[in-house]
Amino acid sequence: MNIVVLVKQVPDTENERTLRGDDFTLDRAGSQGVLNELCEYAIEEAMLQKEKHGGEVTVLTMGPEQATETIRKALSMGADKAIHLSDEGLHGSDALQSAYALAKVLEGLEYDVVIMGSESTDARTGVLGAALAEYLGVAQLTQASKVEIDSDARKATVRRVTDDGYAVVEAQLPAVVSVVEKINEPRYPSFKLIMQAKKKPVETLDLAAAKIDPAEVGLAAAATAVADAQPAPARGVGTVVDDEGSGGAKIAEFLASKKFL
Amino acid sequence: MAEVLVLVDHADGEVKKVTLELLTAARRVGTPAAVWVGPGVDGALETLAANGAERVYVADAPEFVDHVVVPSVELLTQLVTEKEPAAVLVSATAENKEIAARAAIRTGSGILTDVVDLNADLVAEHSIFGGSTVSHARVTKGTPFVALRPNAISAEPTAAAGEREDVTVELSDAATAVRVVERVVQQQGERPDLSEAGIVVSGGRGVGSEDFSVVEELADALGAAVGASRAATDAGWYPHQFQVGQTGKTVSPNLYIALGISGAIQHRAGMQTSKNIVAVNKDPQAPIFELADYGVVGDLHKVAPQLTEEIKKRK
Repeated sequence: MNIVVLVKQVPDTENERTLRGDDFTLDRAGSQGVLNELCEYAIEEAMLQKEKHGGEVTVLTMGPEQATETIRKALSMGADKAIHLSDEGLHGSDALQSAYALAKVLEGLEYDVVIMGSESTDARTGVLGAALAEYLGVAQLTQASKVEIDSDARKATVRRVTDDGYAVVEAQLPAVVSVVEKINEPRYPSFKLIMQAKKKPVETLDLAAAKIDPAEVGLAAAATAVADAQPAPARGVGTVVDDEGSGGAKIAEFLASKKFL
Repeated sequence: MAEVLVLVDHADGEVKKVTLELLTAARRVGTPAAVWVGPGVDGALETLAANGAERVYVADAPEFVDHVVVPSVELLTQLVTEKEPAAVLVSATAENKEIAARAAIRTGSGILTDVVDLNADLVAEHSIFGGSTVSHARVTKGTPFVALRPNAISAEPTAAAGEREDVTVELSDAATAVRVVERVVQQQGERPDLSEAGIVVSGGRGVGSEDFSVVEELADALGAAVGASRAATDAGWYPHQFQVGQTGKTVSPNLYIALGISGAIQHRAGMQTSKNIVAVNKDPQAPIFELADYGVVGDLHKVAPQLTEEIKKRK
């Protein structure tokens, strides 16, 4: 079974994150890049499926040069090799354009399942998996809290998290699977795997090598445009009191003053 | 005036509150037209009409229940092509965002997700990076697809025709590729839906055990939804689908009460746009107090029951 795991480098949520003043894209220079948290669950799920069904796990990422750090992290969790789509022409691509570009890379690969996190902590659109399935013309098995693959029948069954519970859905492979954090417990890379990761192959592709039409990607071609961005107005400094036996009653007074009671 | 399509959220034939908010937002832009998917529209037509839907497009073939996402994509694609609406509005649920994204691709359009406000010129406001930045964006190609957060806009009922028009869609093989084997509803009792509740009461590490009744009783006294921090769901104290935060649900209620939640950035990302925030925590240094409009430093097991009693008394 050939599994491709999509990973993304995002700014660390522990630090302040900003948009660039010139084009309102993410200011990567001003922030520490880390592997998007849900990607770790996707890598773990890929490793679990590989342990069950055999085959190979390939990491695929799109991002600037510094995203190689993220690739190494993914490889140190056990993935076999990596592909890094990196080209200045991709700068400013929105979620749909990113899905288009990643689909172009995937079209050049042999895969049975694509696994990714259900959203990234930076843009948080949550649409990449669905958009990727649309471009690839394969089944969409997203928002998964449980994945079972029947490799003989070439079928996957997932527990899809919904607003009020879950749905069990199934489809034939190939499929795009996105996972939620409930699905597993990501492993810590061992020292041995960290050392091995340094020797694993990483292929870098630019737009031409991935057969991506430059007119379809990047800020100028995006179907959405950001007009402005500014710091959110500070929340008014609230009242904080110590509970001296009437804390609950005091909250009730506050709620009454705001007409909630 | 051009139509604005609003994808209806409903459960068991009951229209969700967010749909009424979307119909109000749609009225700013054009003529609201509701899009109903699945069975049960008969009992809902009146509600949709009373909230401004001039037309209700109904697609209730069984394929819409037996499969996820793509049948609705093909329905929206067909309606966008035929009706040439000014925009398509959906609520910002995971599934609706997926539907809108794929329909946007098929119609050569752009999509804006998790929008917190929308004006008559279809300029959308976003609250990003855990609420620290406000930005404005618009769709520049095709038909704007906009996913609005629940509680972003207040519903303002207004009478409209609510004229029903049944729609038949020739679904492709792709639409039926993913089959639904089973649907399981885990929502507890009669509490409102967490994503769209006007009041949310959440419990965190400070609850200290699987016994979440201190949180639930306060929630029930207020008619609120119950939420939980990741610490609480990771500990198995409360089911995962109630998790509020970066890897859980984003909520934006009028009132958010955080009980025993320290307010790590990951939690704040999921609730920071709440209109009013009340926090109870033992630790006076807890970051949640930086956000709170009203905070009490104390033991939630003492403060919350007293608040619950006080609310019951005042009712």
